[in-house]
Amino acid sequence: MSGGWTGRVLRVDLSRGEIRVEPLRTDWARDFIGGRGLGARYFFEEVDPRVDPFAPENKLIFATGPLTGTNASCGARYMVVTKAPLNGTITTSNSGGHWGPALKFAGYDMLIVEGRAPEPVYLLICDDQVTIRPARHLWGKGVWETEEKIRDEVGLPEVRIASIGQAGENLVRFAAIMNDLHRAAGRNGVGAVMGAKNLKAVAVWGTGGVPIARPRDWMEAQWQFRRRLRESPVTSEGLPQFGTAVLVHVINESGALPTKNWQLARMKPDETGSDAEKISGETLKAEYTIRNKACFACTIACGRVTHVSEGGKVRHAVTTSPRNWNLAGEGPEYENIWALGCDTNVDDMDAVIKASFLCNDYGMDPISFGATLAAAMEMYEKGYIDDQITGMPLPFGSADALVAMTEATALRRGFGKELAEGAKRLCEKFGHPELFMGSKGMEFPAYDARAIQGMGLGYATSNRGGCHLKGYSVKAEILGVPYKMDPHATKGKAELQKKLQDSTGAIDASGICLFVGFGSELDDLLPLLNAATGVDYTLDDLLKAGERIFNLERLWLLRAGFTGADDTLPERLLKEPIPYGPSKGEVNRLHEMLPEYYRLRGWTEQGEPSAEKLAELGLDKLRAG
Amino acid sequence: MATALRIDPDKCTGCMQCELACSWVQTGQFQPSASLIKVFIFDEQAAYTPYTCFQCNEAWCMTVCPVNAIGVNPVTGAKVVLEDACVGCALCVIACPFGTAYLSPSTHKATKCDLCGGEPACAMACPTECITVADSSNGQEWTARLASQVSARFQEMLQGLA
Repeated sequence: MSGGWTGRVLRVDLSRGEIRVEPLRTDWARDFIGGRGLGARYFFEEVDPRVDPFAPENKLIFATGPLTGTNASCGARYMVVTKAPLNGTITTSNSGGHWGPALKFAGYDMLIVEGRAPEPVYLLICDDQVTIRPARHLWGKGVWETEEKIRDEVGLPEVRIASIGQAGENLVRFAAIMNDLHRAAGRNGVGAVMGAKNLKAVAVWGTGGVPIARPRDWMEAQWQFRRRLRESPVTSEGLPQFGTAVLVHVINESGALPTKNWQLARMKPDETGSDAEKISGETLKAEYTIRNKACFACTIACGRVTHVSEGGKVRHAVTTSPRNWNLAGEGPEYENIWALGCDTNVDDMDAVIKASFLCNDYGMDPISFGATLAAAMEMYEKGYIDDQITGMPLPFGSADALVAMTEATALRRGFGKELAEGAKRLCEKFGHPELFMGSKGMEFPAYDARAIQGMGLGYATSNRGGCHLKGYSVKAEILGVPYKMDPHATKGKAELQKKLQDSTGAIDASGICLFVGFGSELDDLLPLLNAATGVDYTLDDLLKAGERIFNLERLWLLRAGFTGADDTLPERLLKEPIPYGPSKGEVNRLHEMLPEYYRLRGWTEQGEPSAEKLAELGLDKLRAG
Repeated sequence: MATALRIDPDKCTGCMQCELACSWVQTGQFQPSASLIKVFIFDEQAAYTPYTCFQCNEAWCMTVCPVNAIGVNPVTGAKVVLEDACVGCALCVIACPFGTAYLSPSTHKATKCDLCGGEPACAMACPTECITVADSSNGQEWTARLASQVSARFQEMLQGLA
């Protein structure tokens, strides 16, 4: 391998304490590129889809792409691939920061963790020296303290750490893996898999380099790529100015901001008694932001470093405040603000930031947590559960409940035990499964699928459940990138979703951040991949690779027992019209899109990839069954 | 003419593009460990800043070198290691009060920022203009501003101790 990939895979068996380095399967690397694709390919080969996610037989794969660690704008990403404790799907959970590049510099494209350590341990990777170290003294500690202690212990200030907090240890079903303090491989509960393996952290220090196959082509391509990002208003103004939170205002005005567990789709004082403007990106910038922070090699810098004044601390004290509370932390991102603020109807920025910092320190996905709390709040307001069960009043809009329940959930205390199971299990347990707002067992993120039809199709067909990152049609339907489509129409949405899902697969596999999709197209990525790897991909190859990845994940799901019947949305989105705002009266018309989508995908009416499609993608040997 | 890298810490986002660009010049790969400019990240203070040789006038690295292996580039004023002459004794590494002269683990010779002969790759790569090239021959007005900020913080800290 001449560039991009390092060509080596690190395999660690925690049960036996064995560490092995093996060569990367170059045939798979070519077809699945890296990151999400390569990780999923290895996972497909090695893990029985019917495995219990917490069993030692489940594996945890950290996969980088060929562009990870290069100076290509936003080449910072790694993917965590595993079977999800939240909903039993295959998950590919993405994170930025500096950890992924560090793994490349240490000389590995992927880290595969197997088995379960008998005692809490952490993994220390210093180039070729890899050791499994005791971590009993770190167990029970938050992410900040864990990083500090490991850094002191190994004496390397530049060591990069991915770890779990208390949520992962306590097997909270939506626990995250946190790296570089604030960056999260957030969804599906990948942190709980790490907790089940007794693996507290993976610390990496790499001194090597990432070679480039065609240096001259590379430099030209990466400057061109940067120029493209600088020319787009989203990546050169919106995101750097306000961070992802810029969307709060935009989505609210579109009437697509799910509020009060998706009963409403707009947060206006006369409709919900709360005001989205109080927790918008503009407010965040004016009153809380200290500075912008970038992930590795990122020229956008959407990260917000924020600070809350003393007043906030007094009003929302919990017994174990996050370590960084009086200092500074990163976030909240748009999704955090929505889940912790809009879905729960809490328009108190201090409380949202506090809950967001707590999620970071405990290592917990704020989307699933906020959505689960919102479901609990609806059950509380409707009288399905009471103070006896919850231990405290849980009405919509309660900032105190938000902060208190964040802690209780991560530590699995009191009613937190129930929340830690996720919204689907929670709603089923208390007899109201219809209040679970998600698909394939995972809670939805921050876009109302009634107001943005294409997102509904995306949620229903996403391979890991309710997720906005595998086919972000909001881009076209609301933001008009690269062209504007009517969000209330279903026409053309099947084609849009398929195209987006396939190109997203290729971006996710290359090791670059999905946000480049706001300012560039796949044809801008192509010269970068070719120059880095020395492979002559065509644009069609990349789209095919994306499609191959999507179909591979689908095959895995079918093997795990999911069917086409799982490609659906909750009743509320299909039947209860939005009551107010510009999307008033809308429901999601999934039935108008799904059959066409299956057809475009080359799937049967039951949602299974056809033999011809699999043959076309070179997946025919991997048929379901 | 004397030039130096002007660094404005407030503009740094911690993206490491400077380290990547420098390492590319040094090794032809992306290898931050070989970069001669380092980004320091202080998360608790929400402070990040790149840091490298100031091309200082006194240049102790140059003064201390027993074999005259550090010279001045007449165009840029940069203090430059002459690799053929360097014997790898590391006296410059010890003498530099700013810690910006290094011994290369691969060549066992001294290495330091030479301003890339006049067009520093780090400044070109910086997306926020945190790193720019500045005339440092007279005034030093920008270093003076930084120094006064630092000294103000130091005074504050002393008062806090009292």
